Amino acid sequence: MINDEELDLLLHDILEIYGYDFTDYAKASIKRRVNRLFTLDRFPSFAEFRFRLRNDETYLHRFIEQITVNVTEMFRDPGFYAGLREHVLPILATYPFIRIWHAGCSTGEEVYSMAILLKEANLLHKSILYATDINPQVVKQAARGVFPMAHMKQYSENYIHSGGRNDFSSYYTAGNDKVVFDEQLKKHMVFSTHNLAAESSFNEFQLIVCRNVLIYFERALQEKVFKLFDQSLDKLGFLALGSKESLRLSPAVAKFVQIDKEKIWRKMM
Amino acid sequence: MAKNDVATNRKCVIIGGSAGSLKVLLHLIPKIDKTIDLPVIIILHRANDAQSSLEQLLGDHTQLKVKEAEDKETLMPGVIYLAPPNYHLLVERAGTLSLDCSEKVQFSRPSIDVSFQSAAEVFGRRLLGIILSGANSDGTVGLAAIQECGGLVAIQNPRNADMPTMPVSALEAIDPDYIVNDNQIADIINKFGSA
Repeated sequence: MINDEELDLLLHDILEIYGYDFTDYAKASIKRRVNRLFTLDRFPSFAEFRFRLRNDETYLHRFIEQITVNVTEMFRDPGFYAGLREHVLPILATYPFIRIWHAGCSTGEEVYSMAILLKEANLLHKSILYATDINPQVVKQAARGVFPMAHMKQYSENYIHSGGRNDFSSYYTAGNDKVVFDEQLKKHMVFSTHNLAAESSFNEFQLIVCRNVLIYFERALQEKVFKLFDQSLDKLGFLALGSKESLRLSPAVAKFVQIDKEKIWRKMM
Repeated sequence: MAKNDVATNRKCVIIGGSAGSLKVLLHLIPKIDKTIDLPVIIILHRANDAQSSLEQLLGDHTQLKVKEAEDKETLMPGVIYLAPPNYHLLVERAGTLSLDCSEKVQFSRPSIDVSFQSAAEVFGRRLLGIILSGANSDGTVGLAAIQECGGLVAIQNPRNADMPTMPVSALEAIDPDYIVNDNQIADIINKFGSA
């Protein structure tokens, strides 16, 4: 097992050599992920693990894929999507053009969910969904719009609980064990890698969705990301977080008003 | 690093339970000293979709504050923290809590093993870990980690547990400091708190 000092060495190597900054990730959590990878890839010693990471860039990609958490689902926390339908979409509808940023989109399930929501509110034609993640592999996967058939039953239930009234299966074409989501949804999505810990704002949005990403960050990095979101939001824009994440403890909260019991805030100034 | 840790001088109690352990908690929580000078963390397996009224249910049985753990909050003495459903709960060196929704461990999220292991690393010998009734073997690895880091471990007597699988699994792997019936658990906690 890797101890705290070794973890620090490793994370500083990665920052120095490759420019990826994991040093402000929540320690207990990232340590667990790193140890999991160390065990999974059967390194005989920490020294060998470190050597591989320092000298093999392709292994760094595996590291990033395995360290970041990519657990997600469509219409995850259906109550949240019901909140979007009820409180956010009617306001977005008043804009001539809607820009939404999914920061930390993982394999894209929540991006497709949002596109379905927009389509049902008759807003998709004037929307663009920017979907980004630090992990290039999941971004690629998200862009394909292909998901396991085995998950569709759960997603369909989530969809119904979110207030969806259509037949969920009308949004995809089923293959053997995979389904392909409608091209019409995909046409309004832009996928790209983006590192919240290091990169700056790239546009202005009416809605930023960043769910279950900030829990992996230390307070200071959370604060930095809140600033980035603040800079990237239109006045009166919305910020949506995960069910256990909050602006409450951040100084940024002064500029925002929580608009629903679900984790949705509106920027007031 | 260890010198600056907020948690270094603090003690902590961590309890893991699954099927059949709610009853035990309701029994022991009223008997925890209301002046107890340490945080109590509870990892209980429960249904994902249940809008958790567990906080209120347990809160009605004690004068101590009972709350669902929030991301990055600082552990406070005299407070009982509950792991939220569908998240792993980890203890950070600084004495704060982190949530994590990565893959289930042994079909469980929250995983007792995950929380116990991280608490063991932070609190070392100032930790008391307790395993209650349950129908799986989550918690065994975590309890072993607590013992390895010098902490105290207690296991509910399998004959006293509604679901003995979890205590039996733990007993097969480790020699605990205490094997206890449900009505003895609060005493151990209070004793640990005042020692």
